[in-house]
Amino acid sequence: MQFRESQAIYLQIADYVCEKIMLKEWKVEERIPSVRELAVQLEVNPNTVMRTYDFLQQQEIIHNQRGIGYFVSPAAIKNAQTYRKNDFVEKDLPQVFRTMFLLGMDPEELKPRFEKFKKQHFA
Amino acid sequence: MIQVQNLHFGYRRKKIFTGLNLKLQAGHIYGLLGKNGTGKSTLLKNMAGLLFPQEGTVNVLGFTPGKRQPAFLQDIFMVPEEFYLPDMPIEHLIKYNAPFYPKFNEDQFNRFITEFDIPRSNTMQQMSYGQKKKVLISFGLACNTSVLLMDEPTNGLDIMSKSQFRKVIAGCLDENKCIVISTHQVKDLESLIDRVTIIDEGRILFDQTVDNITNRLSFHISYDSEEIKQALFREPTLRGSAVITRNTLGDESKLDLELLYKAIVLNGNAIQSVFNA
Repeated sequence: MQFRESQAIYLQIADYVCEKIMLKEWKVEERIPSVRELAVQLEVNPNTVMRTYDFLQQQEIIHNQRGIGYFVSPAAIKNAQTYRKNDFVEKDLPQVFRTMFLLGMDPEELKPRFEKFKKQHFA
Repeated sequence: MIQVQNLHFGYRRKKIFTGLNLKLQAGHIYGLLGKNGTGKSTLLKNMAGLLFPQEGTVNVLGFTPGKRQPAFLQDIFMVPEEFYLPDMPIEHLIKYNAPFYPKFNEDQFNRFITEFDIPRSNTMQQMSYGQKKKVLISFGLACNTSVLLMDEPTNGLDIMSKSQFRKVIAGCLDENKCIVISTHQVKDLESLIDRVTIIDEGRILFDQTVDNITNRLSFHISYDSEEIKQALFREPTLRGSAVITRNTLGDESKLDLELLYKAIVLNGNAIQSVFNA
């Protein structure tokens, strides 16, 4: 498993889990991989995954059922979107804006491209 | 789980440790880093009862390792960097060695051997160094000892095996287990260890959890000449400079173990001051 971004690994794993949930690969009220399973899959220390799961519980994206495991919370998609959106707006968007400014691009130019992208990948 | 107090040790003329102190707890994977010849292997051997302290004490699981009591030996396993396995098939190796370890689990061992892709029918002579090492690692893990010491375990492993090694280790840590891995290959283990211990010139130069490190320090690429000048440590790259600064924004960055190691060896005081404050 490769961790490229400069973000702490536990947060990169949080992004990974959020993505699984937002793509509905992991469905609401379903059990998600255990701490150990995910640690093995991602080749990381189980304590790191534990930290991710604690963090996602605070965000009310997943919850723990004692003795059974971790489950996707009812409001997980909304909460995951809120969490990821903050991150995107604060960290990724300024980079995009900077490049757009340098290239003299207008936000209007993006709209048809965005529609096409959605059709190609998520239709 | 492991306590080293005021350890003095040296080989004939060469002093290695002069008063080393270290405390290791269960539930963690410790990365033991240090230059060649600083005593990483010597420290592991003192913990395993293969070498005896000349002064000071080593306590592992409540035992004095040097006494080599059976109750101690059956709950610790060491994978040394250099080792010898007698020329016999895997089955025999298990038959003659597993009885010494009451928690040995044969199913688990077979799973590791399969995961590591080791040909079962071969005897040890017919195996490469890397394959032999994987047999030993598999055996050590399947012994389910409370303490597992590994000296440069990824040396000699190919690319696939390194990945398998990480998976296997990630799967076997639990809250009762203490794993200590000495290594130079920091990139191999960066995502696996949760505590970094650096020894240099016979003493502990640095000992912090990864959480604590990323909490206090920020690792990033900087283009800001002022920030680069102020950084605790800097290294030029093709794009900007890789820097370590104090983490003032509260965002946690990914630990760059190689950069941290260089920073501590070359500019240890600056890094230490962040943790002592």
